[in-house]
Amino acid sequence: MDNVLSIILQRLALGLLTLLIVSVVIFTAVNLLPGDFAESILGQGATPEAVKSIREDLGLDQGPVTRYLSWLSGMLTGDLGTSFAQLMFQTNMGGAGDVTVVDQIAPRLSNTLFLAGVTAMIAVPIAVTLGVLAALYRNTVFDRAANVMTLSSISSPEFFMAYILILVLAVLNPILPSLSNIYDGMSFSERLEKTLLPALTLTLVVTAHMMRMTRAAIINLLASPYIEMARLKGMSPMRVIVKHALPNALAPIINVIALNLAYLVTGVVVVEVVFVYPGIGQLFVDSVKIRDIPVVQACCLIFAAAYILLNLTADVLSILSNPRLRHPK
Amino acid sequence: MIFESFIGNLATLLIGIAVLGYVFRAVGQRVTQNAPFFRDMPYGVAFGYVLGLVILIWLVWGFMQSRSEDPMIANKFFFLGIAIQGFIGFAIAAWLFRLLGRAVGTAGSKKLFRSMPLTASFGILVIIIYIFLAVFAGAIAPYGQEEILQGVAANIAAGGDPALGGHPDFPLGTDQIGRDIMSRLIYGAQNTVGIAFVTTVLAFLLGGTFGFLAATLGGWLDQVLSRAVDVLMAIPSLIFALLLMTIASVWSATLGIPLTIFMIVIIAVIDSTRVYRLARAVGQNIVVMDYIEAAKLRGEGLGYLMFREILPNATAPLLAEFGLRFCFVFLTIASLSFLGVGIQPPLADWGTMVRDLAGFINYAGFAPTASITPLLAAGAIALLTVAVNFVVDWMLHKSSGLKE
Repeated sequence: MDNVLSIILQRLALGLLTLLIVSVVIFTAVNLLPGDFAESILGQGATPEAVKSIREDLGLDQGPVTRYLSWLSGMLTGDLGTSFAQLMFQTNMGGAGDVTVVDQIAPRLSNTLFLAGVTAMIAVPIAVTLGVLAALYRNTVFDRAANVMTLSSISSPEFFMAYILILVLAVLNPILPSLSNIYDGMSFSERLEKTLLPALTLTLVVTAHMMRMTRAAIINLLASPYIEMARLKGMSPMRVIVKHALPNALAPIINVIALNLAYLVTGVVVVEVVFVYPGIGQLFVDSVKIRDIPVVQACCLIFAAAYILLNLTADVLSILSNPRLRHPK
Repeated sequence: MIFESFIGNLATLLIGIAVLGYVFRAVGQRVTQNAPFFRDMPYGVAFGYVLGLVILIWLVWGFMQSRSEDPMIANKFFFLGIAIQGFIGFAIAAWLFRLLGRAVGTAGSKKLFRSMPLTASFGILVIIIYIFLAVFAGAIAPYGQEEILQGVAANIAAGGDPALGGHPDFPLGTDQIGRDIMSRLIYGAQNTVGIAFVTTVLAFLLGGTFGFLAATLGGWLDQVLSRAVDVLMAIPSLIFALLLMTIASVWSATLGIPLTIFMIVIIAVIDSTRVYRLARAVGQNIVVMDYIEAAKLRGEGLGYLMFREILPNATAPLLAEFGLRFCFVFLTIASLSFLGVGIQPPLADWGTMVRDLAGFINYAGFAPTASITPLLAAGAIALLTVAVNFVVDWMLHKSSGLKE
């Protein structure tokens, strides 16, 4: 057991190190910007004094290492700075400057997590069931049809899927709303109904991959001697697969589920834009368009952290579920 | 509530099919006096037969509905009708194409076509059509992609029906500043596919060269490159691309270089990390071969080793990867353009067109022809990636020799 714990701790440390290096990469990338944030905030009619005061305000007069360290310590303490758009709005309107990036990101992050959660709840059971069925009825019409359909849905862009779903479920048959305007104080069922269409779109995208991997993982095992034995005992094909093949195929299946949840992190961006879902992806794209650097930086780091964390989980779970990896030589 | 009743109908339908499946098997056993086909049929298979039959009947019924006299019903099933026609049309075309391939060509190509599944021949046919469109876009398109037509109204609806705001000369209508949408769709093949192709080639040049270099030389170079690639791959690619595009958009304004060039380089670099991994792994397996040792003893240089000895032996996996990479690059570029930071106007591009025309989808209920343009642009993207994936799937299946 100590062995397992030390492996997990090792992976965790490695993940943290990766995250640290990624934050350096993001910070360096942003510092490749030409000119100065201060000038770009204030525009062309800026007086030198105003530029100077903003520079001092944002700490732009210090060296890159100092700025990186202060940014990083801000990240750790939950202070992500103030977005340029908000800063401009507040200075022009004479506000107090108290809307920080954290205030902007926090509610949207929880919305995005809600969307990803709903998607996972729908997609994972469907994918595993369909994968088992495709393995059971392999090389039949059902398997071929499933193969063609999953391959098509993997390779179509997310917005194509989204618009097809809008067309079918919102415009031609008005069953679900095509815009996901979510606000505070909605009841859970209302919120779920508004989230369902984006969640279904994401489901279509991730289910296909998970299902194909489930099918492949099970079929890989079907040549094993213990499956042969189970068949010779006279077990029904369904029981052979569910009782003997599935538990042994669990490691790759869990792995692919975690990887697909990591993929959801990127997938949400496009889908949130299509459905105007108020999540972090939408905020990210909007900030990219107006070059709101503090928000872009923070969102980027959050996405990267989620991605690394889920990949790490996949790693750890596949170690835990495989005795051969649990006791390395 | 509409949603609840919809779920209720769906559940009723499923229960109905479940019961019918049971009845179907029982009646089959009774009528055929326990023929082995019905006697040994698991319930799941019986359910599958009934489900398939119901779907088939629904498709035929839907197709009849799309031909209905009543415009309300016909509009509702318009897209289903088009999808069915498209599916059947493409299936026949792919079948004919395979027949043609079996009859014409060299012995090698004939043999290839003989064992080809219909999906693969569909894929090859679609790829050929796209290449043709991309190369001859200037000759096929009725107008130029940036041409703002004089004396023609902007925002003409698609469908060519004057009663609905269409114009017979512009079957797909015009956009908000009066450019012909059909021409822009055709030019989109040139721009979107062309740019994606250039990006993929660049990614392979970068990733392949460095991957082979790391495999051949090993040591600290291998360590440095591999760790750098690890870090780059830890950031989700679309997110990283968006971050870098933000920075590039400022640079392109200062330097006066088009943003599209920056996008090609950025995506090529991000995607080259995946190519690097594969090239390094494949290269490492080849480097330990005896013929590499022999070449080293002959005193051949690094370039000769990499491109004359390793590359020819690594073509098969790299070629399959090229197809998959192309799909990823193509989808990334389309997504970036859709989000508004990819290929820049006035170049015609499918991702941008989808975003600009998306509002038309809301007219689908009463004027389906007017709402078809955004779906055409998105469908053009999907069709190509599906086609490439079918071909790659077939190639991988063929080379792996999988039977089950």
